[in-house]
Amino acid sequence: MATKLKEVDVVLVGMGWTGGILAKELSEAGLKVVGLERGAMRTTAEDFSVPRIRDDLRFASRNDLMQDPAKDTLTIRNNPKQDALPMRRLGSFLPGQGVGGAGSHWNGVTWRWNDNEFKIRSLYEERYGKNYIPADMTAQDWGITYAELEPYYEKFERTAAVSGKAGNIKGNIQKGGNRFEAPRANEYALPPLKATQAGLMFAEAAEKAGYNPFPRPVANASQAYTNPDGARFGACQYCGFCERFGCESNAKGSPHFTVIPIAMRNPNFELRTNMWVTKVLRDSSGKKVTGVTYINTLNGEEFEQPAGMVVLTAYAINNVHLMLLSGIGEPYNPDTQKGLVGKNYCYQTGAGATLFFDNHYFNPFMSTGGSNFGIDDFHANFDFDRSKYGYVGGATVGGGMTNGRPISYRPVPSGTPQWGTAWKAATSKWYNQAMSIGSSGSVMANRYNYYDLDPTYKNAFGQPLMRMTFDYKENEHKMGKHIAQVINDLAKSLNPTSFNPASVRMSWTVVPYQSTHNTGGTIMGTSPGNSVVNKYLQSWDCHNLFVMGANVFPHNAAYNPTGPVGALAYWAADAIKNRYIKNPGMLV
Amino acid sequence: MKDDGINRRDFLKGAVAGGAVATTAAVGMTPQAAQAQQKPAAAPASPGYSYLNLEEAAFVEAMVDHMIPADQYSPKGTDLGINIYIDRALAGGWGKGDRLYMQGPWKVGHPNQGYQLPLKPADLYRAGIAATNAYCKKTYGKTFDQLPAAQKQEVLVGLQGNKIKFDSGLPTNTFFGTMYQTVMEGMFADPIYGGNRNKAVWKMIGFPGVVAVHAQNIEKFRDKRYVVEPLGIADLS
Repeated sequence: MATKLKEVDVVLVGMGWTGGILAKELSEAGLKVVGLERGAMRTTAEDFSVPRIRDDLRFASRNDLMQDPAKDTLTIRNNPKQDALPMRRLGSFLPGQGVGGAGSHWNGVTWRWNDNEFKIRSLYEERYGKNYIPADMTAQDWGITYAELEPYYEKFERTAAVSGKAGNIKGNIQKGGNRFEAPRANEYALPPLKATQAGLMFAEAAEKAGYNPFPRPVANASQAYTNPDGARFGACQYCGFCERFGCESNAKGSPHFTVIPIAMRNPNFELRTNMWVTKVLRDSSGKKVTGVTYINTLNGEEFEQPAGMVVLTAYAINNVHLMLLSGIGEPYNPDTQKGLVGKNYCYQTGAGATLFFDNHYFNPFMSTGGSNFGIDDFHANFDFDRSKYGYVGGATVGGGMTNGRPISYRPVPSGTPQWGTAWKAATSKWYNQAMSIGSSGSVMANRYNYYDLDPTYKNAFGQPLMRMTFDYKENEHKMGKHIAQVINDLAKSLNPTSFNPASVRMSWTVVPYQSTHNTGGTIMGTSPGNSVVNKYLQSWDCHNLFVMGANVFPHNAAYNPTGPVGALAYWAADAIKNRYIKNPGMLV
Repeated sequence: MKDDGINRRDFLKGAVAGGAVATTAAVGMTPQAAQAQQKPAAAPASPGYSYLNLEEAAFVEAMVDHMIPADQYSPKGTDLGINIYIDRALAGGWGKGDRLYMQGPWKVGHPNQGYQLPLKPADLYRAGIAATNAYCKKTYGKTFDQLPAAQKQEVLVGLQGNKIKFDSGLPTNTFFGTMYQTVMEGMFADPIYGGNRNKAVWKMIGFPGVVAVHAQNIEKFRDKRYVVEPLGIADLS
């Protein structure tokens, strides 16, 4: 029997970026807030200090900072006709666990998604006609505009120390930045990072081809920095241990040393670690949530935490899972297309080429999460005519280095033997003389890509695993073919000694790692008939339930999701502080 | 271990059976190790295994020395400690199924669904070595460790390409994939895990190790070789 605790104003489920932002903002507004985190406490001094954090095997190969699939995972399949089987070990994506969440071990790439995404259906129908979007593609407008989010993007960028070069300030195109970005009020928080040899060579090739290269915006502080909340950042040291690792010098924007400790200094906020939330509770009317139940993972004890408001702030997949486990909203059914919870799960796609040069040295170990250049000519550039290729969405293309950690980074030309002296010769020769050109591609929502609860497999708490049904569709194949060609043409133009060409991904597989950019499942929109939450990320079913995270995205763009995840959290926090508290009810 | 003409496995079996050596020297100790004890300056030739049994140790030593031969690039696999890395990895948390969802029901599944065997890595390794040796005995009349290099190569290529089918039903390339992964980890992981001895593999490729600061060098060494003595976790501890 669960021990019933004293009621609080707000319960937050998960303590990464969105949990940290809400914890700080709502406790400052005078609300009594409890943050529940299923993982352990994490601090830079205790967990990310050198040399321990420089352990490639422990953190990159064994995923030491990530969710433990032995306790909770998903079942996976490519289509509804297959039997879904458990993702028995992490691979394709890496949900975080512990205070700071994935925000402590991301690369830091931070984009501003714009109206190309937020108005996707209307813009494509207007430009290409009503029949351009295929019948099974369930992409829809988000119900929010870039103009509404702009100040919140800036707030998040300044909190996380995003380094970059503006391409468009108030409509004026800026040299050296991304000319296709939506207008910004101000420059980035910090100037761009130092460029790598690979980044510069990519930029030169892209410029020659008539594209518009720019340094990617990234939450790696290019200089020492103090953010508006007073959190202090060291300058990035280009150590090459960024993604999958915590940063010892607090140069990577992360919630565990910014918003979360600031919230913890406020007596209104209480953090409870090692607490696993199993259900969001509702009253007898079903129209209001009343709190959550959770289990102390250190001793198995169960608690009920009553609360005036519940905010789901866990990883994107786990927010949807908790909604399904709690029975809030109708689960999506792809046959009838009824129900909304679980709908529009999206991922990303990609293609990449590796280039080998007899006459260049790249020092891949001198790099960081975002030390590269990109082009947006085939993504944010809406003038690019997609009808020639017949797809919706697009891809960013980039060149640079993110690490030279040799357990996984050992480029060799295709056809090289995998062991023996010949393998060693090639590995030694090319380790420092290779660069890559890669891409990140959007995935449009599709009727048959979705989440629901698995009928067979259970997690460590006896609850059904989430079931993910996903594959790339014709739209992604068309885009992937086009982008692979763009990459291969750029690669050839650099006259490498040899190169392994890019090719399109046809089918999704759970190995190897691809990207932790899982979106959708509790999508935002304009009405209870087309979405789970409204533009303020408020549940249409229960007005005192808010759902943060990339799970609210109705489709996935080529950009990394954290920019709008952070901006929407600040935007929702403002709506709660300024409107909801004064007059609890539907904000739309 | 075969260089001195002594079959270590037979030697140890004899030693254990006879009891004479085993009571004074730890099981797993070779004649070289016994000598090394008397000459403290020499590196220990045998580390003692925690997980691998005699047949498995012979297989792993032969396999890592075949895959990673001594040449101008690096010492051979056992001299890099890759056998030790593998033994410790199998004996430790990863080998025993940490971070692996191990609840049934079990099905073969589609390759896109990833690893689906009801085996922890240490169990997979054990079953895989047994199956490979059974195949080798059937095909060549000898276990893997006793085959000449050309036949070892034939077997490894057959495992990798799924050309060899195990009678036990164990999927060949899943075993090979796990084995290959551990060889690479033993090569390239920090020396604190037992492989990459003396950071020889990091020196081979030019990886500077765990150094904390490149901000001063990223522009200075742009398009130039950066050659330093690599540092490992133990060097900075």
